[in-house]
Amino acid sequence: MRTEATGPAPEMPEKHYLNATYGIRSWLLTTDHKRIALLYLASVTFFFFIGGFFAMMIRLHLLTPNGYLLTPDLYNRMFTMHGVTMVFFFLIPSIPAILGNFLIPLMVGAKDLAFPKINLLSWYIYVVGGLFTLWSMVNGGLDTGWTFYTPFSTLYSNSAVAPAVVGVFITGFSSILTGLNFLVTVHTMRAPGMTWFRLPLFVWAHYATSIVMILGTPVIAITLGLAAMERVFGLGFFNPAMGGDPILFQHLFWFYSHPAVYIMILPAMGVISELIPTFARKRLFGYHFVAAASLAIAVIGFVVWTHHMFLTGQSTYAAVAFSFLTFIVAIPSAIKTFNWTATLFGGSISFDTPMLYAFGFLGLFMIGGLTGLFLGALGVDINIHDTYFVVAHFHYIMVGGAVMGYLGGLHFWWPKITGRMYPEWLARIAAFILFIGFNFTFFPQFILGIMGMPRRYHTYPPEFQIYNVMSTAGASILAIGYLLPMVYLTWAAFYGKVAGDNPWPATGLEWKTQSPPLTENFEVTPVVTWEAYDFHNRPDLGLDVPAGKGSPGVVAPAHGDD
Amino acid sequence: MSEHEHTEHIVSPGMYLAIITTLLILTGLTVGAAFVNLGRFNIAVALLIATVKATLVVLIFMHAKYAPERTKLVIIAGIFWLALLLFMTLSDYASRVDYRGVRYPMTQIISHTLGNRG
Amino acid sequence: MHRTGALYGQFKTLEQQKDTATLGMWIFLVTEVMFFGGIMLAYTINRHTYFHAFAMGSNTLSLGLGGFNTVVLLASSFTMAMAVWSAQTSKKGLITLFLSLTIFLGFVFFGVKYVEYAQKFHHHLVPGKTFDIFYCVRNPAKCSDIDAADMAKEKEEIEAAVQADPDLNAHAQLYYSAYFGMTGLHALHMVIGAGLLFWLLKESVAGRFNAEWNNPVDIVGLYWHFVDIVWIYLFPLLYLIDRHK
Repeated sequence: MRTEATGPAPEMPEKHYLNATYGIRSWLLTTDHKRIALLYLASVTFFFFIGGFFAMMIRLHLLTPNGYLLTPDLYNRMFTMHGVTMVFFFLIPSIPAILGNFLIPLMVGAKDLAFPKINLLSWYIYVVGGLFTLWSMVNGGLDTGWTFYTPFSTLYSNSAVAPAVVGVFITGFSSILTGLNFLVTVHTMRAPGMTWFRLPLFVWAHYATSIVMILGTPVIAITLGLAAMERVFGLGFFNPAMGGDPILFQHLFWFYSHPAVYIMILPAMGVISELIPTFARKRLFGYHFVAAASLAIAVIGFVVWTHHMFLTGQSTYAAVAFSFLTFIVAIPSAIKTFNWTATLFGGSISFDTPMLYAFGFLGLFMIGGLTGLFLGALGVDINIHDTYFVVAHFHYIMVGGAVMGYLGGLHFWWPKITGRMYPEWLARIAAFILFIGFNFTFFPQFILGIMGMPRRYHTYPPEFQIYNVMSTAGASILAIGYLLPMVYLTWAAFYGKVAGDNPWPATGLEWKTQSPPLTENFEVTPVVTWEAYDFHNRPDLGLDVPAGKGSPGVVAPAHGDD
Repeated sequence: MSEHEHTEHIVSPGMYLAIITTLLILTGLTVGAAFVNLGRFNIAVALLIATVKATLVVLIFMHAKYAPERTKLVIIAGIFWLALLLFMTLSDYASRVDYRGVRYPMTQIISHTLGNRG
Repeated sequence: MHRTGALYGQFKTLEQQKDTATLGMWIFLVTEVMFFGGIMLAYTINRHTYFHAFAMGSNTLSLGLGGFNTVVLLASSFTMAMAVWSAQTSKKGLITLFLSLTIFLGFVFFGVKYVEYAQKFHHHLVPGKTFDIFYCVRNPAKCSDIDAADMAKEKEEIEAAVQADPDLNAHAQLYYSAYFGMTGLHALHMVIGAGLLFWLLKESVAGRFNAEWNNPVDIVGLYWHFVDIVWIYLFPLLYLIDRHK
């Protein structure tokens, strides 16, 4: 499908980061960002399947209106542990800690992240936090909802709240350290010639994500810390009986947890910004705007949080302001979506697997984003707050957006990570299965929400059953869609066809080194003399794109500052 | 890259001595001010003095005055985000009114018998 | 990554390495600002809502001990700055001296804090089931460390505060939640800082720091000064509410 026809078949390089050293110690004590990325890949995948198991239990239970599978208590635990696992242990670390960790030093032309030991430390912190949470799951479970709302979580819940809160608290520091590492790396570790506006948009997206990580995560850390202290020692900030305010907990919680949605979606947007130019063979339309939109999302995303609390009894006047700001934050997302679409115009598009995921992302993210505006509108929110409409909305963003981006990125960079290609047709089929399964699962939930089915209830009236059956059927298709890539990607890592340095070909610096890369990434520090995604002035890629092809003005001259 | 081109600035011990003296004087001043009844301005004065002290520490002890621009950007971003957290949340508390027209906290008196754990 | 002398493998020059480390510490300090920001917010809302209880609680703290600790911490910031200066000018003996002084002052702070905390435990002023703002007034015999004049004043204050806020016990507990939360968090940071200082001291005795290589002294210094700044705010916020009564 690609340029393999020209030249001899590529061979695996003799020496690379995977075979540089051997033994369990060389992995557990590694400071190589690429190996740490693989450690994250293993642990994040583990948590993904745990969270997926809980999701299947929920869907199976909801197959019948009266729910024979789980007791109400157990059902509460299932959806809570599904949320906690997926949000804190899968979605937040997935793209940044795996793909970001692997790619950012390669993309900026550095030998490693700025603080390799801190990078390893952040993985260990993640594992320790994960173990605490797992421990709470098998020792009484957790039934507060992933939001840990007080005073239920601090005063009344009989489940293992304290260890779960401690686990999430600890994992937060992993996220902070990752974000800090990325920010510093982008500032001080760029190769000569790699100016800010030559950075791939994946790096820009991660820069914006890191801002959210370092400024938001400490707030949830202190909030969960206070909630844990309240549960254990009886502090009173969130306890109305002592004059505290439970809504304060929600303010502090959402001050992080709303921006956390952008921690999930921004990196996926970064992946899409890499995929679309590569498979349309065109410079991304409006590079500067897409880069600025990432930062705008990170900043404005911090001032919309109380739209999660419109029905809590917070100030109506504040709610009006926050509703307005919620509409504002849609603008940079729209800028990105339009620019991606505009990039396709006049491009020579190929439908390789990563691009299929990118198309999936575009459609699903758009549905997810626009239904977010329904929810951000004060009047509409009163009707659909805490219904399945909300559930469908955020799954369109988090699964349809973030997970599609994650899988697209994983396929796109799998040849770089392992040096080998996955089976293309199987991968395309899996992408279709995922897309169909996803829509089958979550689209009926929009209808359920409009019909008035509340979320987190373990029974429902019989007239809702047909949609729930559709949703559960879709979830089983979705499960196959997730298992397939895990199987064939693992297979491909060992037995796939050798990929070569730049199989697509793509323009980023990471493709200028061998696949898999050396431990030091590059033999000599690269010097960057080209603009990002400039397919037209890159004869080294072996493309037959004539210089200057595409929309007028997209081929910018090199900046003069190097 | 121009970001790396700055030489280290060494602050003299005399300067440090001047700063610590100022800090101690300001500490005395803030204690003194607390014993004067300024009504609602007591807290304003206390915060103002604390901010002057913190600024001196940041600029001189922490060398921010001589640091590259991006360090200053980091500091300003930190203050800005703290302000976002505080003021945007307080905007809720300042304007929260319930259906009876009662402001926050909606219940002024809670029964004495309620213990720590409700 | 391999290290050549003081230079870690991922960097090209010592200057880049120093820049990176310093930027990293500054960004970390911003996360610390947000970390303390959450509890500051809880403090602000409750102080505004339950001012009488907060003023009452603040007046039970010892201004002498708090003020003394403020001076101690400011002085430790000064000695830390001097340690950085000594490193920048390669005065190896002075580095060790100033680091030791900083550690010493840190421990003086801990000592005073211990006295203050112990007193609050003793007076049943720790949030939780045993919290009782009236404990000392009702059991003066058990609070013998408060002299009679102070006790009379406290009783008067509590009676006035209950007049203004009948739910004083619950709301005073919020003040002590803020007090222990904030000072406890601050003390935790000091413990971490003290640990880092001991490590610096060890390196300094080994003669590792000089004008070319003083990164660790510099960035631990940044951290220590930040902890000092937190206290600069905590002191007036916790100790100086409504002192003029």
